[in-house]
Amino acid sequence: MTDLAIKLDGVGKSYRYFTLDNIHLEVPAGQIVGLIGPNGAGKSTTIRILLGLVHQDRGDVRVLGHRMPAEQIAAKWDIGFASEDMRLYEGMTLDWHMGFIRSIYPKWDAAYAQLLQKRFGLRGDQPIKGFSHGQRVKATLLLVLARKPRLLVLDEPTTGLDPVARHEVLRELTAVMNDEGRSILFSSHNTQDVEQISDQITFIDRGRIIDSMDKETYLDRWRRLRLEVPSGVELPLLPGIIRIQQNGRLAIATANAFVPELANAYENTGARVHSVENMTLEEIFVANVEHSREEVEV
Amino acid sequence: MSSDAFMISQSDKRPIYLQIMEQIKRRVAVGDWPESHPLPSIRQLAVDLQVSVITVKRAYLELEREGVIVTQQGKGSRVAPNPGLGMRLQQQELQKHLEQAIRLSAVLGLQHEELEDRLREVSDNVAAKEQQ
Repeated sequence: MTDLAIKLDGVGKSYRYFTLDNIHLEVPAGQIVGLIGPNGAGKSTTIRILLGLVHQDRGDVRVLGHRMPAEQIAAKWDIGFASEDMRLYEGMTLDWHMGFIRSIYPKWDAAYAQLLQKRFGLRGDQPIKGFSHGQRVKATLLLVLARKPRLLVLDEPTTGLDPVARHEVLRELTAVMNDEGRSILFSSHNTQDVEQISDQITFIDRGRIIDSMDKETYLDRWRRLRLEVPSGVELPLLPGIIRIQQNGRLAIATANAFVPELANAYENTGARVHSVENMTLEEIFVANVEHSREEVEV
Repeated sequence: MSSDAFMISQSDKRPIYLQIMEQIKRRVAVGDWPESHPLPSIRQLAVDLQVSVITVKRAYLELEREGVIVTQQGKGSRVAPNPGLGMRLQQQELQKHLEQAIRLSAVLGLQHEELEDRLREVSDNVAAKEQQ
């Protein structure tokens, strides 16, 4: 059995205008899990529940073996959390912040902090108020990474970063995986980042998890088939196909459970398969959200 | 074991695991990685390429299935101790290009004889260029 860094079981939380419903989520040790969802889907609420910052109405939350929110104080030593709305002290320097965190967390790695400071191009003696958005994000990440926590929870870590900074951040996140005992859960709507560095992907929309799977299986199951259909023939919606868009004699079938036999099955209806294409995570994301919303409405 | 020259392309539409497989095969084909040459560990290559561990794992599994590498529990992976593997991979590469040429010529409605003529023509051109 794999060790789980995070396990959410049937977790729910109801607000007046939003309900997080029956969330199951597992983050195995040694893996990077990407949480993807549109704005307002429930990513941040889920993250805040597993950190113990928001208390769930129902369900079981365990983080690094600790039951949350009851044991959040014990759990927090080994959790590093960074989010966009985290504030640094504007008048203080990065050096001051590093000294502050170091005084709290005994596992602080000063050499690693120095290395990160150099790689991220941050000045230690400059007050935070002179930092750009990208520098603030990188400073926040530095303060979390240099603590060497077993679990990193990052809410939109690459939002608003320029390509160079994004690259630097992704490099440090994947470098964490050199240590098999450490894990990362991060939320993003940048699907390219998620596609590149995650081992597992969880899609969330309107307070529900609509899919959760290892990334390779996931990308393998989705395909786009381009077909040429004899006039007068309407393509059947075969099992594994979630949508057919037909315009004249050309059609596109989107599969969420692709097997090669599907292409043969369409050939047998008289259609010609022009191509079977891989889809990017972004295309899958959009198709998946639309499909799941249609299903709910039916 | 260096993975310095590995490069994952974002504009390449193929899945990342296929790109990794292809780059490893190319190293074996050109002889940079001879028989029994050790491969970087899965985790190390993932960190170097900044991709997920599961993606590199998938690439290694498929390479093992194709007989290009062997993996021993606890000892890591290495190039299969199989003489002539580099040559075999180059043959496979050629085969792939030939099949692609056949498919394209079918789309263009070329007869086999015409394709052979074209091949001869291309071959003469390449030879002429190399003499320059």
